[in-house]
Amino acid sequence: MLSLLHAVFVAPFLDMAGAPTFLAEVLIGGIAAGLMYSLVALGFVLIFKASGVFNFAQGVMVLFAALTLVGLMEMGLPVAVALLATVAVMVALAFGIERVVLRPLVNQAPIILFMATIGLTFVLEGLGEMLWGANVKKLDVGIPDESFKVAGILLNKLELTAAGTAAVLVAVLAVFFQRTRIGRALRAVADDHEAALSIGIPLKTIWVVVWSVAGLVAIVTGIMWGAKSGVQFSLSLIALKALPVLILGGFTSVPGAIVGGLIVGTGEKLGEVYWGPLVGGAIENWFAYMLALVFLVFRPQGLFGERIIERV
Amino acid sequence: MIYREAGQFKSTYASDQAIFPIVQDRWVVLALLAAAVVVPTALGSDYWLQAVLIPFLIYALAALGLNVLTGYAGQLSLGTGGFMAVGGYAAFKLATAFPGLNILAVFVLSGLVAAGVGLIFGIPSLRIKGFYLAVATLAAQFFLSWLFNKVAWFSNYAPSGTITAPARTVLGVMVTGPNATPGARYAVAIGVAIVFALLVKNLVRGRVGRAWMAIRDRDIAAEIIGVRPLRTKLLAFGISSFLCGIAGAEYVFLYLGSAETQAFDINLSFLVLFMVIIGGLGSVLGSFLGAAFIVMVPIFLANAPHALGLYMPVALQKQLELMVFGGLILFFLIVEPNGLARLWQITKEKLRLWPFPH
Repeated sequence: MLSLLHAVFVAPFLDMAGAPTFLAEVLIGGIAAGLMYSLVALGFVLIFKASGVFNFAQGVMVLFAALTLVGLMEMGLPVAVALLATVAVMVALAFGIERVVLRPLVNQAPIILFMATIGLTFVLEGLGEMLWGANVKKLDVGIPDESFKVAGILLNKLELTAAGTAAVLVAVLAVFFQRTRIGRALRAVADDHEAALSIGIPLKTIWVVVWSVAGLVAIVTGIMWGAKSGVQFSLSLIALKALPVLILGGFTSVPGAIVGGLIVGTGEKLGEVYWGPLVGGAIENWFAYMLALVFLVFRPQGLFGERIIERV
Repeated sequence: MIYREAGQFKSTYASDQAIFPIVQDRWVVLALLAAAVVVPTALGSDYWLQAVLIPFLIYALAALGLNVLTGYAGQLSLGTGGFMAVGGYAAFKLATAFPGLNILAVFVLSGLVAAGVGLIFGIPSLRIKGFYLAVATLAAQFFLSWLFNKVAWFSNYAPSGTITAPARTVLGVMVTGPNATPGARYAVAIGVAIVFALLVKNLVRGRVGRAWMAIRDRDIAAEIIGVRPLRTKLLAFGISSFLCGIAGAEYVFLYLGSAETQAFDINLSFLVLFMVIIGGLGSVLGSFLGAAFIVMVPIFLANAPHALGLYMPVALQKQLELMVFGGLILFFLIVEPNGLARLWQITKEKLRLWPFPH
């Protein structure tokens, strides 16, 4: 019993203190993975805030964006042109989704909309595979995937670029939400649909805009994931990893998505490296969910989510 | 004109509150049940029994379980696959540890084990609701499937981690294992499905079902009129997991024969949720209609191109199937968000009035 307690509560921390550079590398790896989760979660949050739709298709949108980009580049288009074309495709997709899925389902229960996005996932997965093939593709947009050492700690250029991109993206989104006219409209819709409608904000336009923005976030995420581990169909599964990030951060908070992603990423890596061997490893699959579950019992609205006030 | 209840007077409360108060309904349902038990057992081809009817009944039972939780009690769950896995593994452990135990008792016991696990994972539902709860139940899904994969005890230390259904008999007839005929397995599956459908139907008409629906519609209001949220929600989790557990046990013993944890992955959870939504939330009949729809559509899609004389590469056909499946789900959600059960209800109303418009 005592040795078990020692193995759980003492030994891992001794390991950490014993090899600080290794700990730093584990932490950096966790942060890098966490940023990727954050980017996917960001797409979820944008759509949930503005339309109350829990968009399960965000993961497959990442995949679809990456596939389109790679496919266009393979056709011989230069990176910039292919990127613009992908942006156009994602905006067109947003228009299509608003027209075909969201508009007929307006005022339905949230669970119906959630199911509709799962249906959408199937359609997009089939379409992406049909258009661009099912093979794993290498996405090369000119970011070198090499490592170098700073103060004895191994760093990866690609991961640093991803971190920088995520930071820029969040900053741009913050400015967009706070400073622009359309951003203000988006926040109004997120606050109260009916009040927004009554002062003349067109809901349809707003929905197209948020789905387009989520599409753009998906492109960035797709490029980062694709450059790191190739464009493949397992990409659509990262949607599942983004869910605990969402509940940690709160469904309605952009900073929450980022912080939640970092917590999940580092927690998962630390857990796997230091506590995983105790139970046979591969705890990465459920660790984040358990973390989120325990967390939810104490704070049901997440770290930064809006306080849930209920009225009868 | 055909379907008219004129002249059927109720003289007791019991007859007024019967499950099927209309005489025609009663006879049609009884005839259908008799046909469902007798016809496939005696005449059905092995392909139909094995590939369509047995999975249909098992999925329908799982959908019934999820419908209790999501449709009646309003607690969204994505952990169905996990609870089915508990049932499947519990049935395997029980059947191999106690070879003399009747397989039907094994099913019920493994349902009880799943109910226990469901109660544990239902505890967070007291604090959280909606999509937060859905994500929390995903924890059950991933944790349980990891557990069964990692701990070799659950698969009796089989090197491949596969559990295989041992051969067992009911009343002298072999119903599980490789030598059981599809007819015998079908008979067990339909028996179990009828018993539990009747049970759930009666449960949701009574005090328990009303408490569930009160919690679903407005939990605070329900609490104020005296429904205890703790007991009501946990009971829904328990009964739901019990049914899913039995479905999981049947899934291994009557349908797959042998299974690994991958058989109970997240896709299974989504599939069962689709059945509940497409069939109709809060409807026993809907669980069956939804299961029939989800089982039949892929088979239909796989065979349709051949029937039409179109030949296409296998990969393309797979992709088209996926797209059409997704598209059909979207279509049904848009056309009738209340599910197939609602369509059936509308048809019935129309039939009662036919040929008059009002």
